[in-house]
Amino acid sequence: MNIQKIKSDFPIFKRLINKKPIIYLDSTASSLKPKEVIDAISAYYTEYSVNIFRGVYALSEEATEAYGNARESVSKFIGAALDEVVFVRNATESMNLVANTWGEEHIKEGTSVVTTVMEHHANIVPWQVQTKKHGAELRIIDIDEEGDLKLENLDKLIDKKTVLLAITHMSNVLGTINPVKDLIKKAKSINPNIVVLVDAAQSVPHMKVDVADLGCDFLVFSGHKMLGPTGTGILWGKLHLFEEMPPYQYGGDMIKEVGLYSSTYKNPPHKFEAGTPHIAGGIGLGAAVAYLTKIGMENIRQHEIEITRYALNKLNEIDGIKIFGPKKAQDKGGVIAFVMEGIHPHDLAQILNEDNICVRSGHHCAMPLHKKLGLIASTRASFYIYNDEGDVDALIEGIKKAIKIFK
Amino acid sequence: MDSLYRDYILDHYRHPQNFGTLENPDGASEEVNELCGDRIKMQIKFRISNFEFRIKDVKFYGEGCAIMIASASMLTEKVKGLKEDEIMKLNTDSVLEILGIELTPNRIKCAVLPLEALQKSLILAKKKRK
Ligand SMILES: Cc1ncc(COP(=O)(O)O)c(C=O)c1O
Repeated sequence: MNIQKIKSDFPIFKRLINKKPIIYLDSTASSLKPKEVIDAISAYYTEYSVNIFRGVYALSEEATEAYGNARESVSKFIGAALDEVVFVRNATESMNLVANTWGEEHIKEGTSVVTTVMEHHANIVPWQVQTKKHGAELRIIDIDEEGDLKLENLDKLIDKKTVLLAITHMSNVLGTINPVKDLIKKAKSINPNIVVLVDAAQSVPHMKVDVADLGCDFLVFSGHKMLGPTGTGILWGKLHLFEEMPPYQYGGDMIKEVGLYSSTYKNPPHKFEAGTPHIAGGIGLGAAVAYLTKIGMENIRQHEIEITRYALNKLNEIDGIKIFGPKKAQDKGGVIAFVMEGIHPHDLAQILNEDNICVRSGHHCAMPLHKKLGLIASTRASFYIYNDEGDVDALIEGIKKAIKIFK
Repeated sequence: MDSLYRDYILDHYRHPQNFGTLENPDGASEEVNELCGDRIKMQIKFRISNFEFRIKDVKFYGEGCAIMIASASMLTEKVKGLKEDEIMKLNTDSVLEILGIELTPNRIKCAVLPLEALQKSLILAKKKRK
């Protein structure tokens, strides 16, 4: 992978702040956008900015086709069928869609939902609410010292009355890549009726993900973390589940026929997409998928392992640092959360910002995990296709500067 | 932008004034910064002179960044002896003036959290009196 070439595809890197370049180490929160994506969005708005499905005029046909192509690109990207890919606003909306439709009908008194302590709030709060509402039980899979899930007691947590396992593919703090394929096999051997939702918000942007290979029932992710626009997210689900689920929202575009007092609904995925969608966003996401495919997901994963290994080695040389999550780069995604003795994560991030080094400080929407780690907050650096060793070196220099200030 | 981390800010961070707890405070309140989970607890004791309540003692306790701790330290130094309404009039600008630095929107919350906790503890103390 030619990182310099890739960097030149991202117009934001032309920008200087206080005459200094941008060192972006927060792709876990949101990725930057290549010119291809920006151009695709801007082409929609300049050349054919009309509604889809509604017109027989050429412009509407063009928009409908572009939006349909985007759905096709996304479905191919994750090995899914076209009618199993629903466009939503973000990964969070995907969880809420499932919680409010499928969850509403299946999470009942006496049942349980199993999730993990390392989830993003998006994959824990909706289940807290649904289980409380229906008098079901929420059970949590714990982690060990290395930040791996403790799976020895899985058969104590999952039983015949467990309706849902909601689990992240990759932690947005620890970077842990969970063995979801095996885990799903085990879960389904304990309870063949269990439904498994995989939060792939951090995996789909960074590695090859194939829904059939994983064996899950729902898979969710966000467009803005994979070079695509904000306001786009994907819910993938097995067709038979989608068919039995009630719609999520009601109105235009999701109906087949409307009478005065009752209506019938379209088939999936349209059944879940009420109202005019984020057309430009969908088209932009399609362009992002094309860009990622061109680089190759295997290459991306390899690059991230290498840069993460380099960063782990360098960071580990710093006195007073504590790094969380798996120790080996090949066991984790390109995300490193750490704390420095005597320096609050906010202060560290502020000092790094003096040199335009963008890292995240806080709980990263994973408060239960931080509590488990005995922390209020941590600093997180994360990598993507446009990061190189120079970025890591800048981070190390910045941390040394902070140590000098706070010594 | 020159550094926020002036020597006096770092001094207050390393050796905060009025850090600790009070026994039987007249008012107390704990505030959390949702952005990062930092928390601070303020406790106050009054004295009454000329029929007015004035801060006799104030202590804070909590975990936070240098900006929050320095702000709490400098604020608690400043408010001893002040009247209730004088403290209720303090705002974000007063805190920044006390700190003597400029902050970006994301960091302002860190600086004003101690004041929010202090003002809440005054309000709670007042309610208790009634
Ligand atoms: C693992 C994980 N799940 C879910 C989300 C939620 O994504 P969004 O905010 O785009 O809905 C994130 C993003 O921060 C994440 O990292």
